[in-house]
Amino acid sequence: MTKPRATREGYADALLELGEELPNVVVLDSDLSKSTGAARFGKAFPDRFINCGVAEQSMMGAAAGLAACGKICYTGSFAVFATGRAFEQIRNSIAYCNFEVKICPSHAGVTVGQDGGSHQSVEDIALMRCLPNMKVIVPADYIEAKTAVKAAAHISGPIYIRLGRPAVTPVNGDDYAFEFGRARVLRVGGDVTILAIGIMVGEALKAADRLAEEGISAEVINVITVKPLDEETILASVRKTGRAITAEEHSIIGGLGGAISELLGEKHPAPVKRIGIGDMFGLSGSADELLRHFKLTAGDIAEAARELLLYTQ
Amino acid sequence: MKVETKLEGPELTEFLQEKALTIRRDIIKMTGIAGSGHPGGSLSATDIVAAIYWYALRHDPNQPKWKERDRFILSKGHAAPVLYAALAETGYINRDVLWTLRQFGSALQGHPDMRKVAGVEISTGSLGQGLAIACGIALAGRLDKLDYKVYTVIGDGESQEGEIWEAAMLAAHYKLDNLIAITDYNDLQIDGRVSDIKDVCPVDDKWRAFGWHVICIDGHDMDQIVAALDEARQLKGKPVMIEAKTIKGKGVSFMEDMVEWHGVAPNQEQMIAALKELGVDDWTSW
Ligand SMILES: Cc1ncc(C[n+]2csc(CCOP(=O)(O)OP(=O)(O)O)c2C)c(N)n1
Ligand SMILES: [Mg+2]
Repeated sequence: MTKPRATREGYADALLELGEELPNVVVLDSDLSKSTGAARFGKAFPDRFINCGVAEQSMMGAAAGLAACGKICYTGSFAVFATGRAFEQIRNSIAYCNFEVKICPSHAGVTVGQDGGSHQSVEDIALMRCLPNMKVIVPADYIEAKTAVKAAAHISGPIYIRLGRPAVTPVNGDDYAFEFGRARVLRVGGDVTILAIGIMVGEALKAADRLAEEGISAEVINVITVKPLDEETILASVRKTGRAITAEEHSIIGGLGGAISELLGEKHPAPVKRIGIGDMFGLSGSADELLRHFKLTAGDIAEAARELLLYTQ
Repeated sequence: MKVETKLEGPELTEFLQEKALTIRRDIIKMTGIAGSGHPGGSLSATDIVAAIYWYALRHDPNQPKWKERDRFILSKGHAAPVLYAALAETGYINRDVLWTLRQFGSALQGHPDMRKVAGVEISTGSLGQGLAIACGIALAGRLDKLDYKVYTVIGDGESQEGEIWEAAMLAAHYKLDNLIAITDYNDLQIDGRVSDIKDVCPVDDKWRAFGWHVICIDGHDMDQIVAALDEARQLKGKPVMIEAKTIKGKGVSFMEDMVEWHGVAPNQEQMIAALKELGVDDWTSW
């Protein structure tokens, strides 16, 4: 296993390769290119890097215009500003037109840390997921992010790829390659299905270890593509286990928990417990303090599994 | 009690400079202890914020919600340390709280949160929003027949946001002469010089063309700041923009005009060195 790296680093590394491979890739940023890593692309391909300044809305508009002329655009910012400030530009100028704009902001979730609630996006998946034509991908580690960002150039239409600030321990081997629309079963089990995305995949695996010691067999699925969901893999697992836990660094409203509840409610009703941020905003603190505060740890997932087993025995 | 200074002339200048020095020291110590934060843009706005709090603002720290108070909104919310230091020095918050900046459980969030700190008028941090909110507060003052003024500080990088210019039109259209905005024009943003990334120049002409009364000053010259605030408060029929030319990191030689100090806190050694430059020999006693 390689060393912990941030998913945003996967974005920056993928952009450099894309710049070589595809002459029509254009990267836009809004005064956060050091944080997103797009500055490195800007150094290598100055003509194809456009820093729009602190102006997320016109960045999305310009990306739409470039895409209208055959470019494949990648846009960077922080998740809260990309999806929030520019939401309606994404909706009408990008998604409605089904343009080749790949929205890949960093600093999603509470692991942003000390900057606090104004900068911690806990609603971006919900915002992006409800847009027609938009696809939503949440990488769990560096290699997943890098391969997803590269793959996005070949998947038609707008895509949202959610990236994070902190270094995360890999959950995949170095030979991993992202497959659009495919979830990955990381551990097979029969008592409960844990569906996780992003940094919560590693926590889900740790939770499964703990549960195994107690004789509870958990199946862990890295969902990766939140939209469209890999219904086949998810339904097959929940048919087997009869219960599901969702785990995400996002509001429990509208994100993965929402998507899974909708799917199971319609196609295979089963009890669901959602691990995520309750109906509230983030806070300043270290990433670890905040993960504990918002109950986003392996221990919280394991506890949810125990409860779920208790009342659905 | 209303806080209004009776001082004039050189005494006033000296008094405000003293306050600014205190704020600068606090900014360095706060960010140094926090290990993160935004010293550069806090230091560039310090002289302006000192003049607003100790010269211009009609306010009462014992009654943060006093209806007739003048309002101050830090639109460039990442400069939170300068605001927190001013709120501590004027007595809205306890000084000891300053050293908890950005820590888990602290009221002093990385960006100002009005639900947590008395004296913070509006939660900011997402750039571009403060000016429009200031317009709303100015409109409310007119509706409520209250004669308060609304002050807001925006960044030059922040001025790249579209909402700033939407609000600029709003304020001019409604002739909000109870609104006074100040641009902290330090020619730096995160990715580099504002003039290199996406130039806002000639920004004074832009504001003028948008129907504002514009006053251009050196944002570190206390007499010029005071004179501009006087002019702004007297002006009728138009909102006022004070274009204050500033130096990011002002007051700490190794931070001045350096893009690197936008969002990086001084380590202990740098904190001690910076405080020395600001006249503090033993930082533990500050
Ligand atoms: C809407 C929004 N986009 C991006 C950011 C991230 N950000 C924080 S400070 C900053 C640069 C601001 O530059 P400027 O307004 O010139 O501030 P100053 O130089 O006074 O620190 C950026 C892009 C933000 N806080 N809000
Ligand atoms: Mg600036």
